[in-house]
Amino acid sequence: MDMAVFSVYSFPKKDRLVKNRALTSQQTKKRKQSWKRDGIACLLLAPSLIFLTMFTLIPIVKSFYLSLMDLQLGMKKPIFIGLDNYTYLFSDPLFWKVMGNTVLFSLLTVIPSMVLGLALALLLNMRHKLTGLFRVSFFSPVVMPMIAVASIWMFIYMPDAGLLDQLLKSFGLPGQIFLQRSDTVLPALSVVYNWKEAGFLMIFFLSGLQNISTEMYEAARIDGARKFTIFWKLTFPLLMPTTIFVSTIALTDSFKLVDHIAMMTEGMPNNSSTTLLYFIYQNGFTYFNQGIASTLTVILLIIMLIAASLQFFTADSRIHYN
Amino acid sequence: MQLKRIVFFILASAFALLWLIPLIWLIVTTFTEPSYYMSIIPKTPFSLQNIIYILSAAPFGRYYANTIMIVAGIFCVQCITVTLAAFALSVMNFRFEKLVFFLIFVQIIIPNDVLIMPNYSTISSLGLIDTKLAIMIPFYCSAFGILLLRQSFKTIPIALSDASKIDGCNLMQTIWKVYVPCAKPAYVSFGLVSISYHWNNYLWPVIVTNSVNNRPLTVGLAIFAKSKEAVMQWSNVCAATFIIIFPLLTAFLFFQKQFINSFVSSGIK
Repeated sequence: MDMAVFSVYSFPKKDRLVKNRALTSQQTKKRKQSWKRDGIACLLLAPSLIFLTMFTLIPIVKSFYLSLMDLQLGMKKPIFIGLDNYTYLFSDPLFWKVMGNTVLFSLLTVIPSMVLGLALALLLNMRHKLTGLFRVSFFSPVVMPMIAVASIWMFIYMPDAGLLDQLLKSFGLPGQIFLQRSDTVLPALSVVYNWKEAGFLMIFFLSGLQNISTEMYEAARIDGARKFTIFWKLTFPLLMPTTIFVSTIALTDSFKLVDHIAMMTEGMPNNSSTTLLYFIYQNGFTYFNQGIASTLTVILLIIMLIAASLQFFTADSRIHYN
Repeated sequence: MQLKRIVFFILASAFALLWLIPLIWLIVTTFTEPSYYMSIIPKTPFSLQNIIYILSAAPFGRYYANTIMIVAGIFCVQCITVTLAAFALSVMNFRFEKLVFFLIFVQIIIPNDVLIMPNYSTISSLGLIDTKLAIMIPFYCSAFGILLLRQSFKTIPIALSDASKIDGCNLMQTIWKVYVPCAKPAYVSFGLVSISYHWNNYLWPVIVTNSVNNRPLTVGLAIFAKSKEAVMQWSNVCAATFIIIFPLLTAFLFFQKQFINSFVSSGIK
């Protein structure tokens, strides 16, 4: 449920080639003469490009610029300080704690939500009477706001009276204070996140599964392959491109989703649940330190770029299967 | 074989139940009388008092109207910008196509959520803080929408647009009368993604708004749930949560098959 769900796969590499090949000399001539056409195209693109420039391109450049500045509450003009913001952050134990939290949260969410997503997709792909019910149960968290999901789970985790503690008590176990302990808060938050995210990732796996031709399955069945073998030798390799794509989504999502942290813990206890984006939010909008917030933004931008290039460089593997 | 099937059903149902328990609890709590202890089995008779209470305790009606205005406002503008851009990118062969694709690609890999800080200062220098426009304007261009519609426009035969030209349509008329109607399914999936994303968005609205008149539901819920009156009053918070998720959830229950299929087939392969 995200604007950034489109992969580089829809990047028009392939059909551009086809188009170029299809251009006849006459068309090339026509193209050269078509200043008017270029003008119209620019006009058509202008509204989109204006907003794109204002709210994506300039902000990226601005973040880099402001990360070299000292700009805090009450300062009228930013002061150039070079890389001081970076050296300050890199020597700050809190920054490293936040980075550690971010990495831990990704570890606790990316792989589990992908495994769950694939499992749910496989369940849905086998058609039977309960498919509708499964579809509703797995996907309904996806259409809910994270803030609503967080408010439900906040009470589930509530000590003593909460649903989880009641369940633990019925087994004779002591109640827990999951969200107030620094060693359990991130795992507890990641459960909430996985519960919501798995259904979303399921969609991509489902679409990947449905793109595998039934002929291949038939061939495998005729050859006498067992279900387990079919999954490992056929389904799994054919799903690899989808898996790579999904891993990028899961990774970027885990970096950018902070609604549940803002709702459930606000980084507590003792910054144990502060992740990078929430740290940006705190620095920018609680401490009003724009310089530091911009520096953190640049760091997050670089992480996002690495995550995207991971997908970009592995995207070629898809071609083998099509 | 039969045993295997039974085991599969039990496993799958257990999974589904695990996913449904928080929802069931939410609905049960919303419609029963407040109690300190949580339970997913209703302990008191059906009651609407929680819903009635929160509608009087917090301006959720106002938040609702705001959310609808914001979501509709974004989607309407997006439809225009995205249609024009997708047409240029799918049908016209122009000079700077590669550059434009690169720019669109940048928005795909760097989500707006990351750029909250610089975008906030842009909005504030435009004097838009605490307006609905401030929530909407960064999303007026949607790279996702452009790519989705471009894909769909590409499947429309060029003969159709040629025919419309012969019939005397200008460029805008051709887009409006040929391309838009033919790409209806793409608009539907884009609408689903856009509407649910902005209905659910929290971080950006919480940053740029600070008054009841402009706050959307998500921000209203967070404020209500964290307020002093709401502490331990989870029946009220549940009722508030319920009214927020109600429209999208019912829409989803009715159209679950189409909803999922539109996601599956919306070009996300």
